[in-house]
Amino acid sequence: MVAVVGHPNAGKTSLFNALSGARQKVGNYPGVTVERKSAFVTLPGGGRAELVDLPGCYGLVPRSPDEAVTRDTLLGRQAGERRPDAVIIVVDATNLAAHLRFALDVLSLGLPTVVALNRMDMAARDGLSLDSAALATRLGVPVVGTVAVRRRGLGELLAALEPALAALPGIAREYSPPDTRQRGREARAIAAAVTLAEGSGRRTSRRLDSLLLHPLAGPLILAAILFAMFQAVFSWAEAPMGWIETGIVWLQGLATAALPEGLARSLIVDGVLAGVGSVIVFLPQILILFAFILALEGSGYMVRAAFLMDRLMAAVGLNGAAFIPLLSSFACAIPGIMATRTIAEERDRLTTILIAPLMTCSARLPVYAVIIAAFIPAQSLWGPVGLQGLVMFALYIAGIAGAMLAALVLRRTVTKGPAPTFLMEMPSYQWPAPRDVAVGLWLRATAFLKRAGTIILFATVALWVLASFPAAPANADRPAIDYAFAGQIGDALEPLFRPIGFNREIAIALVPGMAAREVAVSALGTVYALQATADDPAGLVDRLRASWSLPTALAFLAWFVFAPQCLSTLAVVRRETGGWKWPAFMFTYLFAMAYAAAGITYWVARALI
Amino acid sequence: MGRTARIAGFSILPDQVAERLLELGFEEGAEVEMLHRAPLGGDPLAVRVDGATVALRRALARAILLVPAP
Repeated sequence: MVAVVGHPNAGKTSLFNALSGARQKVGNYPGVTVERKSAFVTLPGGGRAELVDLPGCYGLVPRSPDEAVTRDTLLGRQAGERRPDAVIIVVDATNLAAHLRFALDVLSLGLPTVVALNRMDMAARDGLSLDSAALATRLGVPVVGTVAVRRRGLGELLAALEPALAALPGIAREYSPPDTRQRGREARAIAAAVTLAEGSGRRTSRRLDSLLLHPLAGPLILAAILFAMFQAVFSWAEAPMGWIETGIVWLQGLATAALPEGLARSLIVDGVLAGVGSVIVFLPQILILFAFILALEGSGYMVRAAFLMDRLMAAVGLNGAAFIPLLSSFACAIPGIMATRTIAEERDRLTTILIAPLMTCSARLPVYAVIIAAFIPAQSLWGPVGLQGLVMFALYIAGIAGAMLAALVLRRTVTKGPAPTFLMEMPSYQWPAPRDVAVGLWLRATAFLKRAGTIILFATVALWVLASFPAAPANADRPAIDYAFAGQIGDALEPLFRPIGFNREIAIALVPGMAAREVAVSALGTVYALQATADDPAGLVDRLRASWSLPTALAFLAWFVFAPQCLSTLAVVRRETGGWKWPAFMFTYLFAMAYAAAGITYWVARALI
Repeated sequence: MGRTARIAGFSILPDQVAERLLELGFEEGAEVEMLHRAPLGGDPLAVRVDGATVALRRALARAILLVPAP
C-alpha cells in the first residue's frame, strides 16, 4: 500500500487520479479530500500496488479530524489499515520551503519514500527553476518532477516507486514531533540551495488578485459571476430540457398505445414516466450549474470568494474554514457536512454542520425550477436578465441569509465558544483542467440518474400505489385519489399545513419528499397525473398553474428554502456528530424555520395580491 | 498595500494556532508583505509569506508582532 501525502492543495488528488485512472473530485482549494480514497496502479515491472489518497495536512500533529486520518495512517495506527509500504510526498514546486517542512516531517518516519515535485509547469511559468537532482541528494530519496493535471512525469514516478516498494520494509521509526522552527530553518535552507532561479513569484496570480480582490471591484465581480451562473441555468437549459420533455411525452404516448387501459398503463404512464420524468428533466440545469462551480473550483477563485465573504462569516460567528463546506453543500449537504472535518474547533464545526442543509442543494433545484416555470413569467427584465433567473438567484440568497441568521443564533446559544478565526492559504490561479471539469460533471450526472433510477423511482412507485388503492367505487363522484390511502394521508396532514397555504396534494408530496427532495416534484407529478381526466394532456407545470394560487406557490418555495432535510442528511449528521441529539435538533429547528417562512410568505402574499 | 515587514514574534496565542502559523511560514525573521484587505472594514487580510499567499483575520494578524524590514 502506497500513501499519497502532502500539504492541502499540493495536487495529491490530481496525481492520484492521473496515476490510477480513478475519478476523485479535484479542486484548486485546500481541503477537497477529507477521507481516504484508494485505487490500484500497475507498476512498470508489471506488479500492482494499492494507492491511497489521504487528506492534506501541514504537519503530523493533527489539528482537525481529517488530518488525524493522515497522521494515523502514516503511523500505522488507523483502525483496519496497514502501515503504508511506501509514501509519495507531493510537493508544490511553486511553494517549496513550506512544503518541504512537511516532507521532512514525513521522511523522519523512515518509510520508503518518493517525492513528486508537482506543478513544474507553473514554476516554469513564473520563471522559477529548481534542481531536482540536488533536492534528491539533500533529501536522500528519489525526486521526480511532475505536472499532475497534464499527466507529465507519471511514468518516471512509478518507475521510482517500484524499487521503493521492493526494498525491505525499513525499520519504521516512531514519530517525535520536531521543533517547528528548527524544521522550518532546515526546509528553507534546502529550498534555497536547490533553487537555481528565483522567478517572479506568482506574478500572474498577483495581478489577477489585485483586480479580483479589489475592495470595490472584487465583490462586484463575485456578484456578477454568481448572477450570470443562475441566468445561464435558465437560458441555456431551455432547449435540452425541451428535448427531454418531448422524449418523455413520446414514451408516454408509446406506453399508452402499447398497454391496455388499466393498472399497468397507469403505473407506467402516470407513475413512472410522469414521476421520474418530471425529475430527469432537470439534468441539464444541474449540469450547467455544476460546470460553473467546477470551473471556479478548479481555477482557485473559490478561496478568493471565501476571502471576500469572510466579513459576513465572521459577523455571524463562523470559522473562515466553514466557507468551503458550505460551498460544497450547494451540491448536496452530505459532502458538505463531511468537508467540515477540515475545521479544527469542535464548536465551529458543529455550527457549520447545523447550517449546511440551508445551502440550496441540487436536489432543491427541480423543486424551485418547476414552481418558477409554472408561476413566474419568463419575461426579460433588462437585456439578457430574466425574471425567472432573478427569482432563482433570490431563493439561493434566501437560503444563505437563513443560514447566516441560524449561525448567529446558534453561536449565541447552543454552540457558544471562543471567537473563531480564518487562516487559509490562497492557491495560485490556474486554468481549470477540462478533464477535471468533465469528471466532476460525469460524477454529478451519474449520481443524479442513479437517484432517479433508485430512490426517486421507488418513492414514486410507492406513492402511485398509495394514490391508486383502494380503488374508487364505480359510482364515485369525486376524483379517485379521494378514496385512496394517499388521499386519506393528505386529509390527515392537511390541517397542519392549511394555515401556511398548502393544499392536500402538497401535504401528500411532502411525505415522500423526505426520501429525497426531488421526490416532492415527482410526487406532485404523479398525484396530478392521476387526478387528471383522460383527455387532459397537460404537463405538471400546466396542472400546477391551474390548481395553485400564487401565494401557495410562493409559500411552497419558501418552505423548500428551509425544508427539513432529507433522511440521508440526518443520517450523515448522526455519523459525524456521534449521536441522534444533533440530527434531532437540526430537524426540529429547520422544520420550525420552514413552517414560519412558508406561513409568513403565504399571508404577506395574500395581503398584497 | 505592498508594505513589507519582518516578523519579530507572536504575542500570546493558543499553542495550536501558533503552530499552524509556523507551519504556514510565519516564523521569526520571515518577511511578510501586505497584499490585500477585504471589503467592508478591511478584515480579513491577505499577506505574502514565504512565497505563499495566506488569508487571515485581523484579530489573528494582530498577534503577529512585526518590525520594519531592513
